[in-house]
Amino acid sequence: MNAPFPQPLTSIAAPLIVDNVDTDTIIPSREIRSTGREGLADGLFAPWRYSDADLRTENPDFVLNRSEHRGASILLGGANFGCGSSREHAVWALREWGIRCVIAESFAPIFHGNCIRNGIVPIALGRADVESLANARVMVDLKAREVNALDMVLPFTLDTEAHLMLTHGLDAIDLTMTQAEAIEGWLATDRIARPWIYLVAAISPRGAGL
Amino acid sequence: MPQTLFDKIWNAHHVADTAAEAALIAIDRVFLHERTGAAALGRMAEMGRTVRDPARVFAVMDHIVDTRLGRGDGTLVKGGQAFITETRAACEAAGITLFDVNDRDQGIVHVISPELGVVLPGCTLVAPDSHTCTQGAFGALAWGIGSSEAEHAMATGTLRLARPGSMRVTFDKVLAAGVTAKDMALHLIAAHGAGGGAGHAVEFAGNGVLALDMEARMALCNMATEFGAMAGFVAPDATAFAYLSGRRYAPEDFDAPYWQTLHSDEGARFDAEIRIDASDIRPMVSWGTSPEQAIPIDGVVPEGPAKVHDYIALPPGARIAGTPVDVAFIGSCTNARISDLRRAAALLEGRSIAPSIRTAMVVPGSMAVKRQAEAEGLDRIFTQAGFEWRMSGCSLCFYAGGEGFAPGSRTISSTNRNFEGRQGPGIRTHIASPETVAASALAGCIADPRKYAR
Ligand code: SF4
Repeated sequence: MNAPFPQPLTSIAAPLIVDNVDTDTIIPSREIRSTGREGLADGLFAPWRYSDADLRTENPDFVLNRSEHRGASILLGGANFGCGSSREHAVWALREWGIRCVIAESFAPIFHGNCIRNGIVPIALGRADVESLANARVMVDLKAREVNALDMVLPFTLDTEAHLMLTHGLDAIDLTMTQAEAIEGWLATDRIARPWIYLVAAISPRGAGL
Repeated sequence: MPQTLFDKIWNAHHVADTAAEAALIAIDRVFLHERTGAAALGRMAEMGRTVRDPARVFAVMDHIVDTRLGRGDGTLVKGGQAFITETRAACEAAGITLFDVNDRDQGIVHVISPELGVVLPGCTLVAPDSHTCTQGAFGALAWGIGSSEAEHAMATGTLRLARPGSMRVTFDKVLAAGVTAKDMALHLIAAHGAGGGAGHAVEFAGNGVLALDMEARMALCNMATEFGAMAGFVAPDATAFAYLSGRRYAPEDFDAPYWQTLHSDEGARFDAEIRIDASDIRPMVSWGTSPEQAIPIDGVVPEGPAKVHDYIALPPGARIAGTPVDVAFIGSCTNARISDLRRAAALLEGRSIAPSIRTAMVVPGSMAVKRQAEAEGLDRIFTQAGFEWRMSGCSLCFYAGGEGFAPGSRTISSTNRNFEGRQGPGIRTHIASPETVAASALAGCIADPRKYAR
């Protein structure tokens, strides 16, 4: 269960407006050292944030290392943000660091879904709009689906499902279980229509005759 | 009304609408691996949730397992062993079928799932792994998800989804000799961008696709995620049914009328269409740090972001062929199946790799592929040419902090991602077909495989 999204969210917007930022860069596999969801913020953007990742020497030029961006909870990105590996660790690391909203030109689909399940609002805006927000104090009004900054009001779209989940911090599994009856009904019909889908239970994993 | 194949699979799995504009879609199969599976199963246990139908969930150890001979649970990845032991314990507790480190069916998840007939035409299959789209080659709707969604799929047998758009990419005509499905994928992504398929489930169609065998179709669908698509798939035909018939978890035959309905109807409408003349495609190789930064093997590096040129150490205007490489890697869920190994071996037979190559490695996609290759003597061709021959796994397709290439190495690799640091910190990766990797290993520099064909 997630906490409901802060209403409104106000923060300086840290610009990382590069295309195709991939989840290997957001959290390299070598920084994933335990099977849980915690302890990941330290490895966030390790290849860019540290000039020497082993010694944890900070690269002063990286956006999140600049003093004005240390506490930023809004990150700006380019096109296809979060592409690559499906690892949800990328979103867990961002969240643990304190990011609650990514505003980018576009998102990779798995990353987008992972954000919604972990209380991070993914907002897609035109390139020029994203660029105009760099280093500005930005207010994200999730209820009104608007980004406010300087003297601009930038509306954004988010489907109702995602909006509901983020606003109330709803747990998707609990929500789905309210429709358990529909699932049972569908299964009963499908077992007859496509029996081969369900035959697996009777098959030995060791493979007959091998 | 005529329907697309995507419409048919989506509608058949539509359980209910949700209060918002999403739908509950039934999930037929879930496949886990140790790198993301332990997290999902561990969290479910923590929340007191159970796997609804464990018989339809499968798991494999592939991502961080050792690929050296005589392996066990030990891995060079720091802290990696816990992922292996916790996944094993969690699968056992949940009653999930696991293909363990030393199981004879072990292999890369997207290679063994079709080998065992876990994926079936018309089914929905998800895995917390982005290259799950590979399995769309069989006419399944297969896609990668996050760990939380994997929990949802296992706990409820469904996912909450907003309906994606449908796209058709038609490859007219057939490929020229020496050109492969990997080149088709790189050509498509270079032309339409790494986000070109965003928001869409992509059907690959046309004579250029139907002429491909199943392993080549898998290589093509594998790259759908690099195209930004939710999924990529090919309508199942006789080739697909013949491949699956009699496999362990698949039906004996595909004679029932149902199987003949799995295609897009004449006149079905797609939200987006792309047409490509497959006969125009040349062997492709990536020059930068995104799969969209790929060019024909006889091309020159275009002007890109300065950061990319710096990282990859190739200026605009440089010819890609002739670029010296240190490492040749044949492996991954894209190109490490038996046909990939056969084609690479055909180039290497009786030849030796250039002395300047520091590492040359073949990592078969599965133990079944490894056994088959050994039965055909391919392992000896590889080792005599100077390649190492490994056990199956993801290996150095990605760098998890264990085994690595020498710092600063330039690799030619049959994998799917050339991201900065993907194969290790500072490693410069060029992705290409297995035959281009083999030819480059012989030449010591990026080379056109057609020059080495016999
Ligand atoms: S081989 Fe590479 S791309 Fe494929 S599943 Fe393994 S790590 Fe991912």
